[in-house]
Amino acid sequence: MAERSFSKEVQSLRLTEGAEFEGEGILAVTKALLQSGVGYVGGYQGAPVSHLMDVLADASGILGELGVRFESSASEATAAAMLAASVNYPIRGAVTWKSTVGTNVASDALSNLASAGVIGGALIVLGEDYGEGASIMQERTHAFAMKSQMWLLDPRPNLPCIVQAVEQGFELSEASNSPVMLMLRIRACHVVGRFRAKDNRSPAFTLQEAMDHPRRTFEKIILPPSTYAQERAKIEQRWPAAVKFIRERKLNEHFGLDNPSDVGIVLQGGLYNTVLRALERLSLADVFGESKIPLYVLNVTYPLVPEEFTAFAAGKQAILIIEEGQPEFIEQAASLFLRQADVQTRIVGKGPLPMAGEYTGAVVIAGIRKFLTEFGRLPVPDVPLLPAALLARNVPVRPSGLCTGCPERPLFASMKLLAREMGPMQVSADIGCHSFSTLPPFDLGGTIMGYGLGAAGGASFNVPNPRRALSMMGDGGFWHNGLTSGIGNAVFNRHDGVTIIVDNGYSAATGGQYILSSSAEIKGRRARNRIETAVRGVGVEWVRTIRTYDMKQTMAVLKEALLTKFTGPKIIIAEGECQLNRTRREAPAIKKKVGNGERVVRQRFGIDADVCTGDHSCIRLSGCPSLTVKTNPDPLRRDPVAYVDNSCVGCGVCGEVAHAAVLCPSFYRADVVVNPTAWDRLIARLRTAVISLLA
Amino acid sequence: MTIAALGGQGGGVVTDWLVLAARKAGHFVQATSVPGVAQRTGATIYYLEFFPRADAPPGREPIMALMPNPGDVDIVVASEWMEAGRAINRGLVTKERTTLIASTHRDYTISEKMALGEGRVSSRELFEIAAANAAKLIGFDMVKIAEAAGGRISAVILGSIAGANVLPWGIEEYQHAIKESGLGVEASLAAFEAGRQAAIDAQAIPLTAAAWPSNHGAIDSSDYTLEAVPTRLRARIVDQFPLNLRDLLGMGAARLSDYQDDAYTASFLDRLERILKYDAARLADPKLTAATGRALALWMSFEDVMRVAQVKTRRGRSERIRREVRANPTDLVNVREFVKPRVDEICGTLPAGLGQRLLDSPRAHRTLSRFTAGRRISTSTISGFLLLRCISALRHFRRGTLRFKLENERIEAWLDQIAAIAPRDYDLAVELAECQSLVKGYGDTHERGWASFSQISQLASKLVGEPQSAARLRILRDAALSDDDGAQLKHALSQLAA
Repeated sequence: MAERSFSKEVQSLRLTEGAEFEGEGILAVTKALLQSGVGYVGGYQGAPVSHLMDVLADASGILGELGVRFESSASEATAAAMLAASVNYPIRGAVTWKSTVGTNVASDALSNLASAGVIGGALIVLGEDYGEGASIMQERTHAFAMKSQMWLLDPRPNLPCIVQAVEQGFELSEASNSPVMLMLRIRACHVVGRFRAKDNRSPAFTLQEAMDHPRRTFEKIILPPSTYAQERAKIEQRWPAAVKFIRERKLNEHFGLDNPSDVGIVLQGGLYNTVLRALERLSLADVFGESKIPLYVLNVTYPLVPEEFTAFAAGKQAILIIEEGQPEFIEQAASLFLRQADVQTRIVGKGPLPMAGEYTGAVVIAGIRKFLTEFGRLPVPDVPLLPAALLARNVPVRPSGLCTGCPERPLFASMKLLAREMGPMQVSADIGCHSFSTLPPFDLGGTIMGYGLGAAGGASFNVPNPRRALSMMGDGGFWHNGLTSGIGNAVFNRHDGVTIIVDNGYSAATGGQYILSSSAEIKGRRARNRIETAVRGVGVEWVRTIRTYDMKQTMAVLKEALLTKFTGPKIIIAEGECQLNRTRREAPAIKKKVGNGERVVRQRFGIDADVCTGDHSCIRLSGCPSLTVKTNPDPLRRDPVAYVDNSCVGCGVCGEVAHAAVLCPSFYRADVVVNPTAWDRLIARLRTAVISLLA
Repeated sequence: MTIAALGGQGGGVVTDWLVLAARKAGHFVQATSVPGVAQRTGATIYYLEFFPRADAPPGREPIMALMPNPGDVDIVVASEWMEAGRAINRGLVTKERTTLIASTHRDYTISEKMALGEGRVSSRELFEIAAANAAKLIGFDMVKIAEAAGGRISAVILGSIAGANVLPWGIEEYQHAIKESGLGVEASLAAFEAGRQAAIDAQAIPLTAAAWPSNHGAIDSSDYTLEAVPTRLRARIVDQFPLNLRDLLGMGAARLSDYQDDAYTASFLDRLERILKYDAARLADPKLTAATGRALALWMSFEDVMRVAQVKTRRGRSERIRREVRANPTDLVNVREFVKPRVDEICGTLPAGLGQRLLDSPRAHRTLSRFTAGRRISTSTISGFLLLRCISALRHFRRGTLRFKLENERIEAWLDQIAAIAPRDYDLAVELAECQSLVKGYGDTHERGWASFSQISQLASKLVGEPQSAARLRILRDAALSDDDGAQLKHALSQLAA
């Protein structure tokens, strides 16, 4: 079960012509897909489009009614390859993932798709995870569009524009026989707004028809000589066709043209609201978007339309290009257009605006101001826009961490303890919740090479050595590619290292989506495929499965793996269900039981403040959110004491750590018996009676 | 407006409520958020913009920003005190227009919690900055209010926004939103009202620095007070020590009488009298006796097995635990203690001679190590309680134990050193007294602390009379407390040698 359920929201996907749709960006995209008569949808979860996958999963009923095929793909490569259905058949297909990481994974299929070309509209909805809140390295999707000749939409971030972009995206794709990427920035994915709905359309050409009347065209096979012809087709037919479509259908927009001005601003559609706010703050636009400065808004950032650039720049002293990210592809192209057309307008971009980093409101306003002052449209400012605020010193950073009760915590605590005993270890980390092992308090793992690539990232550490290298992998990453890229590779190359596969039962970090090894019964899917079977299947002989909460066993098995005489890959499957999902499943049941007056035992941990001496070793080994500190009740002591707050779920790690690390005897576990039986009460009364005598 | 929340606090729910309320009140509204991985306990930001439909010409809609811009924000809500600081550092809080609503409770970050000693950032300092930056500051403990009202902090946040009365609509719209969204309506409405009231009160009586008597807030009262000290000893404290030391010594004396017996407390006062001599000229501010007194009381009540058993079988503990785990009157609470005695701790509780012999013999060591498995003793059962009670009773033989002998020697050596240094380098002696804070904890932690202490105290004698001697010793002490593998201390020592 995904972290967030959209079962209520998806009903708005049924809205008909003229009705007003209210909701989140990703939900609007789904509605737009249905309105465009999409035939099949796929994708792989990852912020900021995780919820798009959740929406589609929750909407599978509605999709079924329309005859739309939905797959939760095994990886972005799988999703991209799905679009093959649009190569030979006039079927519209859409896939989604997190960019640029997902686009990297999908690149092989994308290149071939782009080369072959499509006849059915192929749309790739990308969550551009760039800037604040991003969880990945900072790169641009733009480069992929350029290298493969796929078109890139970056619409203005409001629901009507996004919905329109989806519909136009399909048309553009069909008009130019090329796949189209629709890029949505983080905030656009989560923006809440409204648009006027249209009726949903069933696919004009169905997958059944395709299977009944199979087609193939030799020209679409990715083999010479076709590939050479395909490259020429890209340049001679598809690209011009795309430019023509963009120009004729006016996909890019102009604002404030009727105000005579010798400066203008060119911007990516996705930055429109930020730029308008900046102009408003500089009193050069009103709140409704009436701009005194001419604006050229690129809702399509690739391909660019040279004529539109030259026309916009002509007669102006200078234009400012507001292009987020690096390198400055648009600025470079624009310079070429103007130079070739011999238009002498100055092009300004990176300079007043930074080359790297997110274009936040503050950055954009500063950049525009600098540009407009330089070209005389604004007086040289005598005062800063804002008086410098009195800053709060050393506000500590608040990195993400493992949740309260997370089963991965005891695993990393065990590894940290083992490192104390056996010395520091070479650990190759992976993507997933377990990536947090690289953060304090655990500080385990030196590199993260990509999703499912933990074991691969440790591949080279395979030389005879008494100390073995460790690598991490999550169950999500394992099924995504780790089974082959990591485990199979280790078997084939006789890797002597240790790989820990963290099996929490879900693709947890992306919001708890189901995967092959999830233990649940899922409608229309086959889960419950055991990781151990798969690992043995590719030839691993040394496999151990541990329960992470049992730290004693965990440490023993880790030690065995590091010291055993056995040469070859050693796989440890560390089991422990994601606490978030478990709670979501069990909490209602427990609540019900308590309500019915049934006996329920609730466990939680506590600390005797007068035994704790405030050294906090326990925290350095656990980092649990519910294990915190409070001012020492003992006025003679100065150090704050450790303290377990009310969010404790009694997972047991505190006790395990206290024993495993021989910490202090401060910890106690309280078993709270709710609705005790008569017997419970009798025993309790007896005990308290005697104990009060003893005390 | 901006909401700066922590993952799991329900910032998204608040956002949805605000959207519903704004629409009900006839406003255009746009909401965005940046969860990303931040949904896992990290800091998250929600941003909303509103615009009255009435003010828009037909067919026109306002262009709304997707992220907060410095100078644009009317309300910043921080659901945790340090997040208010983060919002200020982001420039979102401006004197001209921003009402800052912040929960005064702390949810400490890992870096603050991990420190070997005090690592928390000063809340009081942040108050002064918040007050200086915001047009208006509304601060109260949202967690307390939520718990009292039996609701979630998200509803309290919404209530505080209503109470701040900056947004152009009334209570009905907010309540409508809560009912509309339909989950746990009753509890949410209650928490909403509580939050609204709290915000109104917080405006009537604005927050002041007085809310933080220390950097982090009030200190709970202690059972160890001058009043608790047996009469004869109290008289001695009153007669022989300066007024400004009474409370401190009272706490120490009461602690030691409880720890061992009155004779033990008397020896504590004897030891201090010796130190007091060096403060003869400084009775107005007897820094050395104060520092030594505090440290000595703690050292003399070192945590051995008997002490732990005593604390865990103390009267009223079970009630305290019931309160702490929020047990209802009808619930039963069974308590399990997690103890793992080590060989040296076992030997430490034996008569000195025997204990030492066992400790020295590898064979005995092996035998004993069989008893060092981690144990879970239930103090709710008669057998478990009895066991700990008996161990606690052994404290009457404490003076004979190996551990006592050891600690006593260490204490004497430390006091001698202080006494030797005091006349020649008073400030250094004070610093040395403070160094006792390094020796704390159990097992490895205690050994590590003792190791750093002995290194530093050895050096102290060398530093006597040197320029900046006290400051230099302090640097070493801080270094010892800045990591748990002693790397920093090693570095600091080498620096000093160079």
